Amino acid sequence: MTDTVPVTTKKDWTSDQEVRWCPGCGDYSILTAMQMLMPELGVRRESTVFISGIGCSSRFPYYMNTYGLHSIHGRAPALATGLALARPDLDVWVITGDGDGLSIGGNHLMHALRRNVNLNIILFNNQIYGLTKGQYSPTSEVGKVTKSTPFGSLDRPFNPISLALGAEATFVARTHDMDRKHMQSTFKRAYEHKGASFIEVYQNCNVFNDGAFEQILSKESRPNNLIPLEHGQPIRFGPDGERGVVLDAKGARIVDVADVGEDKLLVHDEAREDPAVAFMLSRLAHGPYEPTPIGVFRAVETADYGSGMDRQLAEAQERRGPGELSKLLTSGATWTVGAGANGHA
Amino acid sequence: MQELDRVVIRFAGDSGDGMQLTGDRFTSVSALFGNDLSTLPDFPAEIRAPAGTLAGVSAFQVHISDHDILTPGDAPNVLIAMNPAALKANIGDLPTGGTLIVNTDSFGERDLAKAGYAANPLEDGSLAGFTVYEVAMTAMTLEAVKPTGAKPRDAERSKNFFALGLVTWLYNRPVDPTLGWIKERFSKNHMVEESNTLAFRAGYNFGETAELFLSTYQVRPAALDPGVYTNINGNTALAWGLVAAGQLAKLPIFLGSYPITPASDILHELSKHKNFGVRTLQAEDEIAGIAAALGASFGGSLGITTTSGPGVDLKSETVGLAISLELPLIVVDIQRGGPSTGLPTKTEQADLLHVMYGRHGEAPVPIVAAKTPSHCFEAAIEAARIALKYRTPVFLLSDGYLANGSEPWKLPDVDSLPDISVDFATEPNHVDEEGNSVFWPYIRDEETLARPWAIPGTPGLEHRIGGIEKADGSGNISYEPANHERMVHLRAAKVAGIAKDIPDAEVDHEDGAELLVLGWGSTYGAIQAAVRRVRARGTKVAHAHLVHLNPLPPNLGDVLSRYSRIIVPEMNLGQLSKMVRAEFLVDARSVTKVQGQPFRAAELESAILEALS
Ligand code: SF4
Repeated sequence: MTDTVPVTTKKDWTSDQEVRWCPGCGDYSILTAMQMLMPELGVRRESTVFISGIGCSSRFPYYMNTYGLHSIHGRAPALATGLALARPDLDVWVITGDGDGLSIGGNHLMHALRRNVNLNIILFNNQIYGLTKGQYSPTSEVGKVTKSTPFGSLDRPFNPISLALGAEATFVARTHDMDRKHMQSTFKRAYEHKGASFIEVYQNCNVFNDGAFEQILSKESRPNNLIPLEHGQPIRFGPDGERGVVLDAKGARIVDVADVGEDKLLVHDEAREDPAVAFMLSRLAHGPYEPTPIGVFRAVETADYGSGMDRQLAEAQERRGPGELSKLLTSGATWTVGAGANGHA
Repeated sequence: MQELDRVVIRFAGDSGDGMQLTGDRFTSVSALFGNDLSTLPDFPAEIRAPAGTLAGVSAFQVHISDHDILTPGDAPNVLIAMNPAALKANIGDLPTGGTLIVNTDSFGERDLAKAGYAANPLEDGSLAGFTVYEVAMTAMTLEAVKPTGAKPRDAERSKNFFALGLVTWLYNRPVDPTLGWIKERFSKNHMVEESNTLAFRAGYNFGETAELFLSTYQVRPAALDPGVYTNINGNTALAWGLVAAGQLAKLPIFLGSYPITPASDILHELSKHKNFGVRTLQAEDEIAGIAAALGASFGGSLGITTTSGPGVDLKSETVGLAISLELPLIVVDIQRGGPSTGLPTKTEQADLLHVMYGRHGEAPVPIVAAKTPSHCFEAAIEAARIALKYRTPVFLLSDGYLANGSEPWKLPDVDSLPDISVDFATEPNHVDEEGNSVFWPYIRDEETLARPWAIPGTPGLEHRIGGIEKADGSGNISYEPANHERMVHLRAAKVAGIAKDIPDAEVDHEDGAELLVLGWGSTYGAIQAAVRRVRARGTKVAHAHLVHLNPLPPNLGDVLSRYSRIIVPEMNLGQLSKMVRAEFLVDARSVTKVQGQPFRAAELESAILEALS
């Protein structure tokens, strides 16, 4: 379309549906960030689609005044893949959670990332099952005591960023529900990225897992435990930037800047082709209770699946012309039976 | 030269011997020659089952005739056995007096032992009832391809072409189509092309010069309806039907599929036709296949997924979502023997109740079933028509027998195919309490009860839909008890109402017939052949064959009430018979076969006679 995109405000992107998350839930601020981002992007409501699975986060599409599809548990990336491939003109967002995206739907998430389908996937990680009332999730810490694990959970958690990087996702970032601006700018980067974007949002479930990210996100702990990743900048944190990350034979690790010298700090390069360094960064913290990187881990441009599919279709049409049914039906060996006697073609 | 009105030939050998290819070639040549025909490929699930064993035997049966036929034949007249295992596995089907052609070079001690023969059947007199031709096919093939310089191991692989050459001579088939085909098929490997050509010619010449055979045979072209024909199997016809459906609906088609026997060939075929704008995604699993197809349907494509029974199990939840979203979707089930992995390469019709009822909640889905290989084309278009018009998932049933079996198909006139296009919603359809024009996604068409299909990209019609129960009309989430009941009834009424829009069940009736044979799907040929045989004896019988299984044709109750006896032959334990008994309170008797093999006409002939006695 050539006509100009109408100017919109947050209100235009807000649907008439009553938001039904628990009061105080982190989902609210994520929704606000998204509704504020849309006017900034200057996109059209009708060309924007939100697709979700099942879980608290997956109610998200109902609250966006766009096209939306609330699907079934875990399958949103697969539905979104079909839509994005069939309709490359649309902006397709996937809203999922730690249970939806990493447990029941792990396979689809991983393959959407591997194929590099042009999707923006936002995973709300609250490290708990909210909608089913508080069972541990695949991102819960070991020993989590919940209704289904009264003696503590035994399984090791997934690190969503490591998982996405393992699938060689081309855009991988982490943000959190306490920083609307950071969320908004990270979502914007995902929108601008061609191919699959994966964003983990640390999201507080104040009902079943309150304070899960307190140790890195509270006002007091943030300076010490939040490692901002900025492209082209040395990775350092601490109230006075006194700590940093180096990369040496032992891998990526946290050091006191004074011990190694500023010039030894690892300069963050999100565009590095090889995801290995980004993966090491994702392993710096064992969980959100010790210094944890926030920001864009990886952003590399490479062929996306849908463009490849479109190219093959265009090439086929060029080579063979648009499909003609009568030609298709006679593409094998044929013979003609005449009104009188038989003949052979 | 002796004239025959029909002949059934079975090629049997090891899976590695190329019997499917040989049978297929013989079929194509016979089709081009103008015979009517029907085929039954029968191969093991293993790609390379242990060579020389019974488990590794692969066979291809083809029935050719000078008149219209309906089945691949109950029993072969001629069996070509490339090794002892093939002989052992198939000889039981060859009637006394039948012709047996064996490759004597593969009857060594080890070959015999692998097939479990204590003594050589060629020597112990056990084949006395047959006309046996012993041919040293391997040795003659090796000799014939010597000029190419191929190593013996490679050269030996051409022996199926020797066999093909011999049978081509025996039945007076033209040689040129096969020579041309070999040239084209093996153009990338000159040595293989040359070897196969030489072996084929050697087989043909051997027949002519060896004076082993008393006579050759001729099966004249059949007097088929005038028209242009091609030989087609069910999976290709189905794939072409889907391509046609896209064209007739003026919509792009999107296939999301995961490889599974015996459905994969549809994925392969559709993947070739990108110039028709066909998008195919080989998904990460069965669930993703259907989910991607449904996502594409949401965007305005005709979404399709293809699978077999195990895949249907996995897709059930997404079919439920499609029912709730009320979007068009075609789910193709090429049935195979079950449960679980069952018999992947063998045929069965045991998914009928699965696709009819296999979902939680009240979840009705229309069902269309193909009845012959070429009918898969028409059935695919019909499934698409219903899916689009009623915004519903539709199950399209075929099975392993139809999928791989082939028959001559009189090509339809493309211009005579139905227009199945539908309109997308473009305008708001409701005025809200404040007087604003709004779009409500669940306001229904009064006649079809279908909801509007408003695709993303349409300004002003933005809406959210999902699997949670929706309020009638607005489509907003609703947990209201009365609304749920209304929606359940609406969804049921929509599917039931399709009955007004499908043809009556046609009955092949004979005056005075008291017995109706009711069938569906791939049993068509065998039932019709049996009915003809029974009638030839002067006994009266009627046959009705269902293409629409849900809803059932509007006149079916009437039809059933006209007969005092009803039998329902099915390759399951009586699924359609259960449905009609439940629906019409009739005493429909089930006739079942679950051997992974289609019914033989003779079996149904006896079943009919027994029901009448
Ligand atoms: S249960 Fe937790 S995640 Fe769900 S809405 Fe309530 S606070 Fe939010």
